[in-house]
Amino acid sequence: MLKPALGKVQIRIQRFDPETDPAPHYDTFEILTKPGMTVLDALFRVLEEKDGSLAFRYSCRSAVCGSCAMFINGRPRLACETRLSTMDSIVTIGPLPHLPVVRDLIVDLQPYYQKLDMVKPYFEARESYPEKEFIQTPKDREAIDTAIDCIDCGACFSFCPLTWTDPKYPGPAAFVKSYRFIADTRDTGKSERLKAVGCEDGVWRCHTVFSCADSCPKSINPTNFIQQLKRKATKLSILQLRPPQSGQADR
Amino acid sequence: MFTHDVIVIGGGLAGMRAAIESSRYADTVIVSRVHPLRSHSGAAQGGINAALGNMEGSRDDNWEKHAYDTIKGSDFLADQDSVEVLTKEAPERIIEMEHWGCPFSRTDEGKIAQRSFGGAGYPRTCYAADKTGHYLLVTAYEQVVKRTIKVYDEWFVTSLIVENGKIKSVMALDILTGDSEVFKAKAVILATGGAGWIYAKSTNSMIDTGSGMAIAYKAGIALEDMEFVQFHPTAMYPTGILITEGARGEGGYLVNSRGERFMQRYAPKALELAPRDVVSRSIQTETDEGRGVKDAFIHLDLRHLGKEKILSRLPGTRDLAIEFSGVDPINEPIPIQPAQHYTMGGVDYNAKCETSVKGLYAAGECACVSVHGANRLGGNSLLETLVFGKIAGEQAGTFAKNISPDGRKDVEFQQALTSEQDRIRHFFEGSCDEDPSVLREEMRTTMAEKVFLFRTKQQLAEASEKVGELQKRFNHFRPIAGHKICNLDLIRALELEDMLALSEVIVASAPSREESRGSHVRLDFPKRNDVRFLKHTLAYRTLDRPRIEYSEVKITKFQPEERKC
Repeated sequence: MLKPALGKVQIRIQRFDPETDPAPHYDTFEILTKPGMTVLDALFRVLEEKDGSLAFRYSCRSAVCGSCAMFINGRPRLACETRLSTMDSIVTIGPLPHLPVVRDLIVDLQPYYQKLDMVKPYFEARESYPEKEFIQTPKDREAIDTAIDCIDCGACFSFCPLTWTDPKYPGPAAFVKSYRFIADTRDTGKSERLKAVGCEDGVWRCHTVFSCADSCPKSINPTNFIQQLKRKATKLSILQLRPPQSGQADR
Repeated sequence: MFTHDVIVIGGGLAGMRAAIESSRYADTVIVSRVHPLRSHSGAAQGGINAALGNMEGSRDDNWEKHAYDTIKGSDFLADQDSVEVLTKEAPERIIEMEHWGCPFSRTDEGKIAQRSFGGAGYPRTCYAADKTGHYLLVTAYEQVVKRTIKVYDEWFVTSLIVENGKIKSVMALDILTGDSEVFKAKAVILATGGAGWIYAKSTNSMIDTGSGMAIAYKAGIALEDMEFVQFHPTAMYPTGILITEGARGEGGYLVNSRGERFMQRYAPKALELAPRDVVSRSIQTETDEGRGVKDAFIHLDLRHLGKEKILSRLPGTRDLAIEFSGVDPINEPIPIQPAQHYTMGGVDYNAKCETSVKGLYAAGECACVSVHGANRLGGNSLLETLVFGKIAGEQAGTFAKNISPDGRKDVEFQQALTSEQDRIRHFFEGSCDEDPSVLREEMRTTMAEKVFLFRTKQQLAEASEKVGELQKRFNHFRPIAGHKICNLDLIRALELEDMLALSEVIVASAPSREESRGSHVRLDFPKRNDVRFLKHTLAYRTLDRPRIEYSEVKITKFQPEERKC
C-alpha cells in the first residue's frame, strides 16, 4: 500500500495569461498533503482553495487519456500519476516545453496533431476486404505491441531536441504511429509510408538521444521504433536497387 | 457564428462513429468539451460484445443468445426491439473497426479473440488486451482524421435552442478563448457521455458531468430511467479507478478479510462472473457485515493466474494497480470497492436515435434507448456507442441532406446568443459567498452515501432534501474568477449546475420506483414488481420539481422471468 506523505508541500507553478501578463512568472502555493496525493490532486487543491484562476487540463485521472502531461520537476510527466510522495518538498510545475502556451499549464497541441498528419495516421488496406476480420496471428499482432499504446499526450514531442529545431521533423510520436501501421501485417501502405518517413527530415534526422523514451509516461521507446524504421527504410532502398539519397548516411 | 448541416456534440466513440457516418451525407462537425482522444471511451478496458463465435465453446453463439443475456441482465427492463438492433448489428460494427485497423487480440487461428464476461452465456467479449476502449477510440479518431471531419475541440456546449419542436442551433463556449458562439445546424446529435461525476466514488473521468443530458432536459426532453446507476464491483480503493471485469473474466478471485471466496455464498454458479449489480452488492454486504479488509475494501486476487498471463492479458490493469494502489498484482491482491460506473438512464430516444425534438438525435451513454434496462452487461456499452452512433449519424445526415435551410436571419440567432452570454455573465456577478467546490463535494458525498447500492425511502428523502438545499445554495454562488481564457472556474460552475439538475432527477425518479430491479435495490421493497413497475421512468423538467411519468417496456420475444445467478 501507499506510504502516507503527510505534511506540507510547496507547489511552484508557472503562470501566464496572455491577456494580462507580459511574460510568464511563478506563483508558489503551500498545500497540505494527504496519503496517495498526486500532482493533479494538488492542482485541484490550489484551484479550489487558493486560486480559482489556475488553468490546466484533466480528464481521466488514471493515466489513459493523456490530458495532463506537464513539466514537473524538470521532465514531462502525467500529473495524475505523479505522486507527491515521490517528489521533493518543493514541486515545480510548468507547461510542456517548446509548445505555445495558451494559459498557465495549458499548451497549444495543434503543432503535435498537425505533425501526426504527416505520416498518414490511419489504417489502409488496398486489397479487397475479407467478409469477416483479417486473419492475423497472435505473433504478428504482437509486432505492434507498445507502439499502439501511445496516448498522444505530447510529452515526447515537447522533449525532443529535433522537433525544436527542424520544423519539418514529424517527431517521435508520429514515427511510432507510422511504425504501428508499417509493422501491422494487415496494412498495405508499407513502402509509401517508409518513403514518407525515410527521408532527410524524417527518421534519419533523429540523433538517438532517447529524450522521447525518457519522457514517455507509457514506457514506450520511440527511439527503438525510429531505429527499426531506419533499418526498414534502408532495406527497402536496397531492394529497390538504389542508393540512399544524398545526405542520409552522414546525419 | 458557425453554420453546418450536422453538429455532433461529443467526440467520444459514439460521437465519432456518428460523425463518420453523417459525413457521408452532409457537412458534419464534432463539437467536444475535450479533444476526442481525451474522451472517456478510452478508459474502457475489458471489451465489446458480439456473437462472433470465434472461441472454442462459442461456435453456436448467435445474436438471439446475446439478446437474451442482455435482456435478462437488464432485469427485463430493456426495450427488446432496441436490443435486437444492438445485438444483430454487433458483428458488423466490430468487423468494421477491425477493418479500420483496430488491433484486437487474436485467437490461435488469427481471429478476433473473445473472453468471458459477467452475465454472458458464452465467451462473447471481443478484446484488445485490457485497453479495448483506448484502441477503439484511437481507431475511430484515425478515421475522423482520414475523412478530414472538422473538430471544434475544447468547446463546451451550454444550451440547445429548440423552437416549435425543432432543433435550431447550439450555443457553445470556446474554452481556450472564453468566447461564446452560435452553431447553426439542420440536425444535432447528442453524444456527450455519462454523469458519473455526480458520485463521490466513481470510475468515470472527471469530465463525465452529464452536461449533454442536462441541456436536453432543459430543452424539454425527458430523461429516462435515471434511477438506474451501475456500480462497478472492482474499482480500486481509495481512488475509484477501474479494474476491468476482464480481470475476473481471466479467472481472478474476490476474497474477503478471512480469505474466503465469498461469491460462493451469493452466486454459487456464476461466482465472480455474476452480473455487476449482484457482485457489487455482495462486496458491499461483506464490508457492511465486518468481513472487509480494514473495514473498507476487499481483495481482488490475481496471483494464481501467474506472471505470464497477467503480463499478456492484463498489462494495463497491472500498471494501474502499481501506479495508483502501490501493489503489483503478480505478488499482492488489489484492494477494491464498488463505485459508480455507468449511467443506464439518459436522454429518451428511440431505436432510430430520434428524440422528441425534430432534428435532434442521441447515441451512447448520454442517452437511453433502452438497451441496458436496469443493469448493463459488461461489454455492451462500447457496443452501444458504435451501433447507435452509426444509426444516429445515418439518420441525422440523411435528414439534414433532405431539408432546405430555414430562411431565418442571422440577427435572430444573434439575439439568442446575446441572451446566452448574459446568462453566463451572471456567474461573474453578485456578492454571495457559496463556494462551488464545497457544494460539489456535498452533492457527490450525498449521492454516494444515500443513493448508492442499497436504497430506502428514508435515505432517498434525505438525499432529495439535500439536493434541493444545494440547488438553493447554488443560486448564492460566489462570483467566479474573472479571466476569459481557459476559465476552469466557470466551466466547473456550469457543470455543477448540470450535475445538480441530474441529481435532482435521480432522487425524484428513485423513490417512486417501489421495487428492487437490477441496479436499483430498495431495502424497503426487496422484490421486483412487474405488475406495477415493468415500465420506464420519464422525468420532465418543470418550474418546480421534475414531473415523473412512465412508459411501456417493449417486449417482443422474451417474457420476464426471475433472474437467478
